[in-house]
Amino acid sequence: MDSTQDVKNEINLYLKVFGALGVLTVFTVAVAYLNVGIGLAILIAMIIATAKGTLVVGFFMHLLHEKKMIYLILIITLVFLMSLFFITFGTIGDQVGVKIVSESDSSGIH
Amino acid sequence: MQVPFTVKPRPDTGLYNAKIGIWLFLASEVMLFGALFSSYILLRMGASTWYVGSEKLSVPIGTLNTIVLIISSVTVVMSWASLKMNDFKKYKMYMGLTIVLGFVFLFVKILFEYVPKIQHNHIPSEHNFYAIYFVLTGLHALHVIGGLVVNAYLWGPGSKMWEVEPERFSNRIEVAGLYWHFVDVVWIFLFPTIYLL
Amino acid sequence: MTDHHHEEPFWRKYIFSVDHKVIGIQYTVTALAFLLLGFCLMLIMRWNLANPGEIVPIVGKLLSEDGNLTPDGYNSFGAMHGTIMVFLGVVPLAVGGFGNYVLPLQIGAPDMAFPKLNMASYWTFFAGGVCMLASFFMPQGTASSGWTMYAPLSVIATTGETIWLIGMVFLITSSLLGSVNFIATVIQLRANGLTWMRLPFFVWAQFITAFLLLLAFPPLEAAAVFQIMDRVAGTSFFLPSGLYVGGEVLDVAGGGTPLLWQHLFWFLAHPEVYVLILPALGIVAEIIANNTRKPLWGYRSMVYSAVFLGFMSFVVWAHHMFLTGMGTTMAAFFQTTTMIISIPSVIILSALFISLWGGSIRFNTPMLFALGFLPMFGIGGLTGLPLGLASADIHLHDTYYVIGHFHYVVAPGTIFALFAGIYYWFPKVTGKRMNEKLGKIHFIGSFICMNGVFMPMFIQGLAGVSRRLWDGGTTYLHAQPVLQYNEYMTHAALGLAFFQIFFILNLIISLSKKDKVSSNVWDATTLDWAAAPSPPLPHANFHKVPDVYHGPYEYSTNSDNGEKDFTPQNQLVKD
Repeated sequence: MDSTQDVKNEINLYLKVFGALGVLTVFTVAVAYLNVGIGLAILIAMIIATAKGTLVVGFFMHLLHEKKMIYLILIITLVFLMSLFFITFGTIGDQVGVKIVSESDSSGIH
Repeated sequence: MQVPFTVKPRPDTGLYNAKIGIWLFLASEVMLFGALFSSYILLRMGASTWYVGSEKLSVPIGTLNTIVLIISSVTVVMSWASLKMNDFKKYKMYMGLTIVLGFVFLFVKILFEYVPKIQHNHIPSEHNFYAIYFVLTGLHALHVIGGLVVNAYLWGPGSKMWEVEPERFSNRIEVAGLYWHFVDVVWIFLFPTIYLL
Repeated sequence: MTDHHHEEPFWRKYIFSVDHKVIGIQYTVTALAFLLLGFCLMLIMRWNLANPGEIVPIVGKLLSEDGNLTPDGYNSFGAMHGTIMVFLGVVPLAVGGFGNYVLPLQIGAPDMAFPKLNMASYWTFFAGGVCMLASFFMPQGTASSGWTMYAPLSVIATTGETIWLIGMVFLITSSLLGSVNFIATVIQLRANGLTWMRLPFFVWAQFITAFLLLLAFPPLEAAAVFQIMDRVAGTSFFLPSGLYVGGEVLDVAGGGTPLLWQHLFWFLAHPEVYVLILPALGIVAEIIANNTRKPLWGYRSMVYSAVFLGFMSFVVWAHHMFLTGMGTTMAAFFQTTTMIISIPSVIILSALFISLWGGSIRFNTPMLFALGFLPMFGIGGLTGLPLGLASADIHLHDTYYVIGHFHYVVAPGTIFALFAGIYYWFPKVTGKRMNEKLGKIHFIGSFICMNGVFMPMFIQGLAGVSRRLWDGGTTYLHAQPVLQYNEYMTHAALGLAFFQIFFILNLIISLSKKDKVSSNVWDATTLDWAAAPSPPLPHANFHKVPDVYHGPYEYSTNSDNGEKDFTPQNQLVKD
């Protein structure tokens, strides 16, 4: 078991992280009211969300001080997650054939 | 012969069994929510019409729920830290707070978001925007409920283990906390994606 | 408390047990029952293919009023045959049965890392099985849109489909619980001295399989939720706008796409086929090393190949979707990854073949099935190559060629390996050996009939006969020259059924034998044979926790002053 001082230091850290999360949440909402294109908006939103997520995972979930085995499992997961995302999108723009437009409502994917 | 390393960590990996177990489970959950997010993007890119999130959903309520979950993440890690300092009373307080905040999240969501939407007939079959909104937030809410059940058990009848096997009990709190933080992280990504973009 | 001072009540010992051995047997028995059911569905389908529309003997009255198999009935049977064989038969037997029983023994552990979770995973599987069976009794029949359940057909199908989806949610949950257990067990519970590169290949195979199950199943769970919503809540996740059904535009919001279902489904289903083959490769590797009295050739390459195979299996899925209007860029991408993934498979198969060279081969029944597996898996793998090449796949997609390809890999492939495993580990589980004569008849008959059923499919496929046709192509001009194969294949299928009787008889006779055999009847080196009694002790497995001193295949050594020709993993070798 860690010493009481170590735990008290940890608690201080948690409170600092909480402060940072609060500030970033304010940013999240504020940035949404900026008039930027959708592409840039997505990028900024994801950067902020990733920062917040990293704080929670790194400090609250102690991942920054976690063992190699856990890192390995998570890296493997992220690789497969990215392939699910990016390879799937790759197939969207890369279609052959004639676009079928229905009478009622046109869909972007045929 | 008992299963080894249930409480004390295994020397070469430095981990006790349940910690590996929960991270593995969270890895599969990452794939689940990842698939949901990628479906969201695919559906939105392929749709001819889509609604602006902030027009159909209440940003203030979403922000409130975000803050509620973040605070609950702090309280759950504080409950574990309290156990490490042998302060069972503080543990009960912080874990109790975590549970209360979880209920607040659900009440806000159901009373101020789901119910009004259904009353105005904004149901999943109206448009894929609502369909994916309800599925994404609904599955997330189910995960919140699951976490609440576990946390309530560990606050109540399960907390008796602190008297007999304190280290095993604080391991359980650590593992439950990891799950709860994950639920928070999912919402951190969900909120801007659906409400703000 | 380390020992059980009191006997457990019957229901705790045999029904709701947390002992991995009991759970492994539960999985095995349930899976074998489902395999039999899936086999019977196939027999009825094959009967109809040889005699389209005629009354089916024995079971005709159960199928329809006229006693024949209707086209709808054929579609249902086809969908359920696939579902039952893959999700209720092969994987539960290979992973739930063999994995659960053998893995803790081979790593020197008293049980799985999470015994209660293990029990939960079996009963969740059971619930899923009950759901799937219940779907047969829905008023309009069970799911009938193929085991692949493509939208939009599956969305507008009858109620049986929703039950299928709910059943899948149970099965996926069971799988997730099991895979967490397997991975944690291998990482945490290896005995002292059992380093990663001293693991039996069977353990590596199960370990990688568990990762595939853990990370590939969730997208299908998401897709199942979407499809349930489409069917029950009127959403349009998979329904495009303006879809005509029965002459009218479907009254839904639209805006969705059937391709989303296909992506999510195949993201699982491709790694799933590696889940089908990896445990089989593991079983075959153990049996070959043991029955050649030699270490496996290229163990290290096999391990690296299996890991690489696991990785690659996640990035090849859309080779099942070449004909969805995919452009040339993505087709080239998936074609390339698919070609690359054939390399580790070839390395593993070659290593197994080369392992035979110079071996002192014992031709017992497990070894016969393991040897039979090798060329059969070879044929299955080779016939996959044209399917992985986008241009050739244009002609072969959805034809009988595909059916021939995947059945070769799974039927005389994986299932032969599973038979081998049953004959091999039966003495460990029961302390008795199965009858060799009956086993050999089972093997020879099955080997011949398997080829009889599946080889002609390549011919039919190349001629262009589509799959999922209830009459086997009778109404198509291009199918006429190859129609006679339907009859031959049905005869072979009936022959295959006949030879399984020898297996079932063997199980019954062997179980009722009185004589016990030694605890290491195969003279094997791995801990399951060398360190545990037959059967292993309830809950504890070993009298004494084993320590490991060297690799898993120390055969043809001179140990115990020449008494043994092998050195068990847990025996210290004194030079």
